[in-house]
Amino acid sequence: MSVELEIHDSQGLPTEEMTLNMGPQHPSTHGVLRFIVKADGEVMRRAIPDIGYLHRSIEKIAEKVGWHGFMPYTDRVDYVAAMACNQGWAMAAEQLAGIEVPRRGEYCRVIAAELSRICSHLLGVGAMGMDMGAITPFTHALRERDMIMDLLEELCGARLTFNYMRIGGVAWDLPHDFVEKVSHYLDHLEPVIEEFNQLLGYNRIYVKRFADVATVDADMAIAWGLVGPNLRGSGVDFDVRRDLPYSVYEDFDFDVPLGSGEMGSIGDCWDRYIVRMREMVESIRILRQALAGIPEGPVIAKVARNFKPPVGDVHVKIEAPRGEQSWYVSSDGSEYPHRVHIRTGSFTAMGIIDRLSRGLMIADLVAVIASMDIVAPEVDR
Amino acid sequence: MDSTGIHAALRGHFDTAVGELAPGPFEASIEVDASAIEAVCTFLRDEKGLEFDNLSNLSGADYPELERIQAVYSLFSYKQRHSITLRVNADRTAPVIPTVEAVWPAANWLEREIFDLLGVEFSGHCDLRRILLPEDWVGYPLRKDYEEQPDYHGISTVRENLLTMKRD
Amino acid sequence: MSLINSAPEMVLTSTVDQVLNWTRKSSLWYMLFGLACCAIEMMHTGGPRADLDRFGMVPRATPRVSDLMIIAGTLTLKMALRTKVLYEQMPDPKYVVSMGSCSNCGGLFQYAYSVCDGVDKVIPVDVYVPGCPPRPEALTEGLIMLQKKIMQEKWITRSSDTPRLGGPIGERT
Repeated sequence: MSVELEIHDSQGLPTEEMTLNMGPQHPSTHGVLRFIVKADGEVMRRAIPDIGYLHRSIEKIAEKVGWHGFMPYTDRVDYVAAMACNQGWAMAAEQLAGIEVPRRGEYCRVIAAELSRICSHLLGVGAMGMDMGAITPFTHALRERDMIMDLLEELCGARLTFNYMRIGGVAWDLPHDFVEKVSHYLDHLEPVIEEFNQLLGYNRIYVKRFADVATVDADMAIAWGLVGPNLRGSGVDFDVRRDLPYSVYEDFDFDVPLGSGEMGSIGDCWDRYIVRMREMVESIRILRQALAGIPEGPVIAKVARNFKPPVGDVHVKIEAPRGEQSWYVSSDGSEYPHRVHIRTGSFTAMGIIDRLSRGLMIADLVAVIASMDIVAPEVDR
Repeated sequence: MDSTGIHAALRGHFDTAVGELAPGPFEASIEVDASAIEAVCTFLRDEKGLEFDNLSNLSGADYPELERIQAVYSLFSYKQRHSITLRVNADRTAPVIPTVEAVWPAANWLEREIFDLLGVEFSGHCDLRRILLPEDWVGYPLRKDYEEQPDYHGISTVRENLLTMKRD
Repeated sequence: MSLINSAPEMVLTSTVDQVLNWTRKSSLWYMLFGLACCAIEMMHTGGPRADLDRFGMVPRATPRVSDLMIIAGTLTLKMALRTKVLYEQMPDPKYVVSMGSCSNCGGLFQYAYSVCDGVDKVIPVDVYVPGCPPRPEALTEGLIMLQKKIMQEKWITRSSDTPRLGGPIGERT
């Protein structure tokens, strides 16, 4: 993309352009991302993202390990919110083969996925604080995350890479007392989120760093393919869970928080932050309803071990914590998928940074990355 | 608007460059000639009532037995809340598809990804470089006949005890 | 002997090696360098529950002041070249902990075209921690093992021109 920005200092004299390297090892790049920053003093002309340092060829592996065998790999597509990726893959395979998931299985999925969403957003907003220089909120977030991870560990035996869902349902039913434990935990979490928001969100330094920085208006967000909280931060009222409902999300009553320009203009970094905070509260609402209404019955449908879906391809959209994940899965009727493509939220969010960074200060680049909640594995897969 | 209506609108405007509506088990898709893709996409974006403002996914798949590489465009309209899938076939030996970057800027990276992994050249793309793999990588890994290089900058890629990863 | 016996009670005697190793093992500054999934567990290890600070371990942002590199996650070929550069930028004495299956041997991704199966193909490793990803407890144990290893190093007897290329200095237990 060509840049036609002229560099002039206040007297109109051209200055020399600096090229700075940021990453791949940098404490605030959330994994291994790299930016080549073209700067005029403190002001960036461009920040060119260089990705692929965590490209683990997950899509190629899918073509070799078979339908059931790919499930553990989906955990690693986005390890911060592994349940969402599990669900995306399971739903794609189910749609191809026309499998109906038992209702209790769907409820288990929703409970697991929403816990995972809170877990992911906690890390996201904690890291936003840390990148802006506030270390304490991050340790608070880790404390809460540890508790959710304990719950999820009880559910499926893993802290991070769950491998909980299966094609046709979930691997295990909820353990004894799980519903009570989660409800009890949610009672604890709700005031903590409020406290966390008071501590971080309305902190004056934090607001100054985030408000009116890197504003994305609604049309731009749609055209550049931003999804999820980043899109809603720009004021676009769209949530896959509500507008293209999947699983049993129709049963639940929840709001979709939008950015309103409370601290600056609509679609700035602060809006993207507050949308995530409010989404956690909505997730708690969904969780309470799911825990109260979980039906009895089996959790997994009968699926052949030698699973061979018919020929065809599907696009499945799910609302992952980092936005709509679009799974393109094509089957050639054999026991291996023909092609799996995952369009993730972080990938497009990373794509817009080149455009957004123009004219910002170098220090704001960190704010942009943090507010987009980019994690490297989702970008690179 | 449902897929039949979208297809009728496209047919009325583009005639034979737009193929038949393939019903498909899940979502109807339309095959489009590679040469017409940019015009079709611009039309879909700007036409009143269609207003596809978002390219939600762009995937590619290799079909060696059919001698082609297929690009699959999944479009969505936030205004109208409808979606459609377009398919573009390219010759496998020298796949070239015009870019739709000017229509939706999101296509920039999605096209680069397909170029990187499948080797489809998007003509007119402003910055067609490898995106995930290093610049000096050899081959297009998502093609079915991809062969790994034995080493990369002196790091051996030969795996000991190679079991049955290869698909028979 | 009479000198030691005549010293006041608060005086402790030790060897120079032991004192040096004790100071080194008690302030292992690790580089904040997360590659993949294991990086999240590494953050949790540094977090409030597992609390690496009690070992004197604090994260540093740059290799120039780090003693320890925790390879937390899958090492891709593209990253392998950079990892080598980062390792070379660390001042001696430096240690490497390979955390998780991916960096030990490639793990789940060992047959992937873009992944380097094992960080020891690129840089020398002191301690391998198995797991996918290892729990914070497992990483803590690996770091305690590294501390034990450091305590056995012999610095005084070592000729200064011997390059330290991988492997332990001194005897392994």
